[in-house]
Amino acid sequence: MNIMTEKSLDDAVNAEMNARSNEIIKMRGDKVTVHYGDKQALFGVDLDVRQNQVTALIGPSGCGKSTFLRCLNRMNDTIDSASVGGKITLDNEDIYDPKIDVVELRARVGMVFQKPNPFPKSIYENVAYGPRIHGLAKNKAELDIIVEKSLQKAALWNEAKDRLNEPGTGLSGGQQQRLCIARAIAVSPEVILMDEPCSALDPIATAKVEELIDELRENYTIVIVTHSMQQAARVSQRTAMFHLGYLVEEGATDKMFTNPDDKRTQDYITGRFG
Amino acid sequence: MTDISLDTLTTSAARPRRDIGIKKRYAAERRFRLYGVLAIAVGLAFLGVMLTSIISKGYTAFWQTTVTLAINFDEKVIDPSNKRATDPNVLITANYPKLAEAALIEKLGIDPNDKAEVRKLKGFLSDSSRVQLRAIVAADPSVIGTTRNVDILAAANMDSAFKGQIDLEVPESRRKVSDQQVEWMNKLKAEGVMAEHFNTGLFSYGASSRPETSGVGVALIGSFYMMVIVLLLALPIGVAASIYLEEFAKKSRFTDLIEVNINNLAAVPSIVFGLLGLAVFINFLGLPRSASFVGGLVLTLMTLPTIIIATRAALAAVPPSIRSAALGLGASKMQMVFQHILPLAAPGILTGTIIGLARALGETAPLLLIGMVAFVADYPKTPFDPATALPVQIYMWANEAERAFVERMSGAIIILLIFLMAMNIVAIVLRRRFERRW
Repeated sequence: MNIMTEKSLDDAVNAEMNARSNEIIKMRGDKVTVHYGDKQALFGVDLDVRQNQVTALIGPSGCGKSTFLRCLNRMNDTIDSASVGGKITLDNEDIYDPKIDVVELRARVGMVFQKPNPFPKSIYENVAYGPRIHGLAKNKAELDIIVEKSLQKAALWNEAKDRLNEPGTGLSGGQQQRLCIARAIAVSPEVILMDEPCSALDPIATAKVEELIDELRENYTIVIVTHSMQQAARVSQRTAMFHLGYLVEEGATDKMFTNPDDKRTQDYITGRFG
Repeated sequence: MTDISLDTLTTSAARPRRDIGIKKRYAAERRFRLYGVLAIAVGLAFLGVMLTSIISKGYTAFWQTTVTLAINFDEKVIDPSNKRATDPNVLITANYPKLAEAALIEKLGIDPNDKAEVRKLKGFLSDSSRVQLRAIVAADPSVIGTTRNVDILAAANMDSAFKGQIDLEVPESRRKVSDQQVEWMNKLKAEGVMAEHFNTGLFSYGASSRPETSGVGVALIGSFYMMVIVLLLALPIGVAASIYLEEFAKKSRFTDLIEVNINNLAAVPSIVFGLLGLAVFINFLGLPRSASFVGGLVLTLMTLPTIIIATRAALAAVPPSIRSAALGLGASKMQMVFQHILPLAAPGILTGTIIGLARALGETAPLLLIGMVAFVADYPKTPFDPATALPVQIYMWANEAERAFVERMSGAIIILLIFLMAMNIVAIVLRRRFERRW
């Protein structure tokens, strides 16, 4: 009886901890603006990304959601004409601070792209590349373990374990995307950014990747850009709606899809534009 | 009821056809195809004429007529006063052609005292017997006093006559070989003493005033040195420049200017590069004239734009998704370039390099200006020694009047074309084998 109560007490504490950890802000965008040359793509976006939650960014094409996503690991740096204003923090550290090294940042904030883009190398080499350049494994045995764990977490191990030396480009589209997720996980990032990860996949592969995203939430913070309302509703806990470079509205996914505050969100979700 | 409904299901009546110019369009397409076929046919015809002309004139250069003679290394001719033990010059300056002549006189059964007949033998054997027989004696002086069978080269005119290239219908006074010589030639041919052999000399001899002892040996070595120098200099410089321009340099007016100028450089006539080499490398830096090193430097300058353009195209062809993938994992720009972009671009870079090299191999004009058009008989031991190059050798032989030189010129063209084709085939095979599809 006593034990039982203690256990239920533990559960209660855990639940409380979980609830609180859900409220931890992992990344914060503060008045983020982005210019591509003379063209402004983002206008003062304030958006928080909460730890161990999936945040979905939705909105019509060209609304700036991918641009915002690419700011979070400074992928916009690779575009000469792009300039980012405002402030973005990771664990309360400004990621655009000159002291922050972009290579280290990208090791902490991984990315999965719209089109599966495995390296034209073996499956093993694809996953092992990140840990290898960051020196995460001391020897081959450790590297093997990282590769296996990453593939397992990406739900690809069973399909790939017998063909680790075959080229990653020989896999099917869905498998390739899971390989890319495994590749991102292998670096042990804290945040994973996904830019329409399922747009090039068929419904079955999409279901697998969505399932995977839900599992990954336990260990990682995820930001996902998607064009599919159903997908946003299925996988995310929080949703942010972008329109024409502005953040229209941000909130818990349930609320966003049932009772949005902004009419534009309502219209977009119900398919009236976009 | 059902019948009625069936009746209403009649097939639609044919509508009057609109004239939308179908016939004209197809006619235009057929005409265009015809033009294409014609264009290709004209191109192929020119190629065919060129190849036929070169090959039909040049293939005989790969054969050379020799006369097998029993040479008596007569001590009385080589060393009449028996001083060779004390004076080494005796063996060097001895009258070796006389030995060959004596052997031929004996073979033909001519009276050695009949001066008139003996004089007609002049120009039958190549004077190169001097070098050939001297080498035999120098290698083994004990051969003096013995008799040995030696293949003596026929003189160039006899070689031409033997190959049937001299028109015997022309009056004797107006051709290079006399009737008597032709008669002797036929006699020796019947005996099997005079015959054609594969002409190894074409590949080993250097420059010579006698066609039968001239070859592309020096030119091959010179061209080889230059290709190595071009490869060692142009490939690393070109690839490094391309990687910087394509991957690292921020796009600005300055890089645009560089890009335009690289494209301009690729179009600069090669003779201008030759002048530049003459002014900078020879006159200013004081590098030796006629040296393949300088030739290599000049050809490097000429090849660089080609390699840079090909490499930049190959780098740009690597899909951006690979760059994003590498950067997204936290690879530095350098790691991205060297671990992902460069391996994927390598086939394109190699192809461009080989094509650039092939162009450099066939280049003549700049080499004329830096003095590689020279009479070089000895093999260049280093790239700093005087040398010629294959196309320059062709140019020099083209200036000669003798029929046998024309034959050798065509032979050298064939050799050069074989090299060029081999290089292009390697480029194509590399591209096919390593090309990736996305």
